[in-house]
Amino acid sequence: MSQQSLDATPQTQVAPERKIRVIVAKPGLDGHDRGAKVIARALRDAGMEVIYTGIRQTPAMIVEAAIQEDADAILLSILSGAHMALFPKIMELLREQGAEDILVMAGGILPDEDIPAIEALGIKGNFGPGTSTQDIIAFVRANVKPERLAQPLPPLRSTGASVEEPGAQG
Amino acid sequence: MFDDLIARLIAGERRALARMVSLVENNDPASRAALAQLHALGGKAHIIGITGSPGAGKSTLVMQLVRELRRRDQKVAVVAVDPTSPFTGGAILGDRIRMQDLVGDPNVYIRSMASRGSVGGLSSATRDVVRVLDAAGFDTIIIETVGAGQAEVEIVRAAQSIVVVTVPGMGDDIQALKAGILEIADCFCVNKADRPGADQTAAELRMLLSLDTQRGKEDWKPPIVKTIAATGEGVPQLADALAKHLAFLRASGQIVVRGERQARSEILALLYQHLLSRLNATLGADRFNEIVADVAARRSDPYSATDEIAREIGIGEN
Repeated sequence: MSQQSLDATPQTQVAPERKIRVIVAKPGLDGHDRGAKVIARALRDAGMEVIYTGIRQTPAMIVEAAIQEDADAILLSILSGAHMALFPKIMELLREQGAEDILVMAGGILPDEDIPAIEALGIKGNFGPGTSTQDIIAFVRANVKPERLAQPLPPLRSTGASVEEPGAQG
Repeated sequence: MFDDLIARLIAGERRALARMVSLVENNDPASRAALAQLHALGGKAHIIGITGSPGAGKSTLVMQLVRELRRRDQKVAVVAVDPTSPFTGGAILGDRIRMQDLVGDPNVYIRSMASRGSVGGLSSATRDVVRVLDAAGFDTIIIETVGAGQAEVEIVRAAQSIVVVTVPGMGDDIQALKAGILEIADCFCVNKADRPGADQTAAELRMLLSLDTQRGKEDWKPPIVKTIAATGEGVPQLADALAKHLAFLRASGQIVVRGERQARSEILALLYQHLLSRLNATLGADRFNEIVADVAARRSDPYSATDEIAREIGIGEN
């Protein structure tokens, strides 16, 4: 079916772009969600669909939300200092689900000496204090692969159909 | 090309289900063949619609209802619709925040959807997403609409049992007499029933229902259930009422009537899209814009313009 529709005005007669879906999540125990909310709002205003999960998210909660929502990207906001405990678990769970095509970014308080380790996990961005929301929007747009939906789904690495906490019974 | 995805989603693989939902939600033309297959597999789920004004507690109520249905050993899927900004096209989907207690249960699937420009409380792809979930074998599928006012009744074309959620203190009984959202309820839920005025709200609804002359024909009197979603109080009664409604739909044959009503509206909507694209192909956007400009400048009028278009594309008068 033709994407150009007669019920639109000529100015808007372009094929609708695919919406980028981003999970904004706060792993760990700090409740400072103002930054996460500001970024969620900025991504929304940039035309993205933001699934906001709220504070105190476990790695399993975040990964389960990303899988169920088929998110293009996950943005982790953390200020508690527990990033090196939580980020590796998140990446491990994503790998188990064969979900390495999801862009994972982080922001908040991330000490410079931890950045190489965070990047080695495959987490991008590392948006510290003072990062402009426009930079984050541009980063998401540049790094999400719109074609990922058309690609065949890689097989599951774990046996479970849902996300389980590492070490949990299953 | 979707055979692998369909097989995997039926086998219960979450990621395959989520991917199929994305393809359907994006109206990917290639997904139509998959939808045809999935349609044939569905028809077993009980599809419940939850609607009501913003802040009435719909998301919390949905969370509690899912927990109750899980206690009854049902597999449950939730489609939660939130509004798309008409200005930027973006959306913040926040219904998951209230549903955190459901995390980690492999028999629960929650999907947030943006309304993407549709009015009426749903998105245009909601019914197709429900089709995917139905084929995936969920026993119950709950659709939570955008916070709805008085006329967002699109949910009747997507669900079998509709719960209208209201709260005490939302206005006097004249509000309740208005047409629209209150007419579509199969079950009323007075949420936040620990607040003052809950009994009065329930009484007003009961009075309104006693005046309803349309209802008697279907032999179903919508029950009024008082709930406190924050604690879960009244939720087992709500689940009972919904189970009873499903039994009524089956026993009375209404389930077929509703199914046909939904199929009819779905076909007509698709036909309209089809006609529009035919129109686009035969008449062309340029000619159409010319006619639009003529009407706007009062050189022509909408009725004559329609006749003219019908003539030009060869579907005759009228």
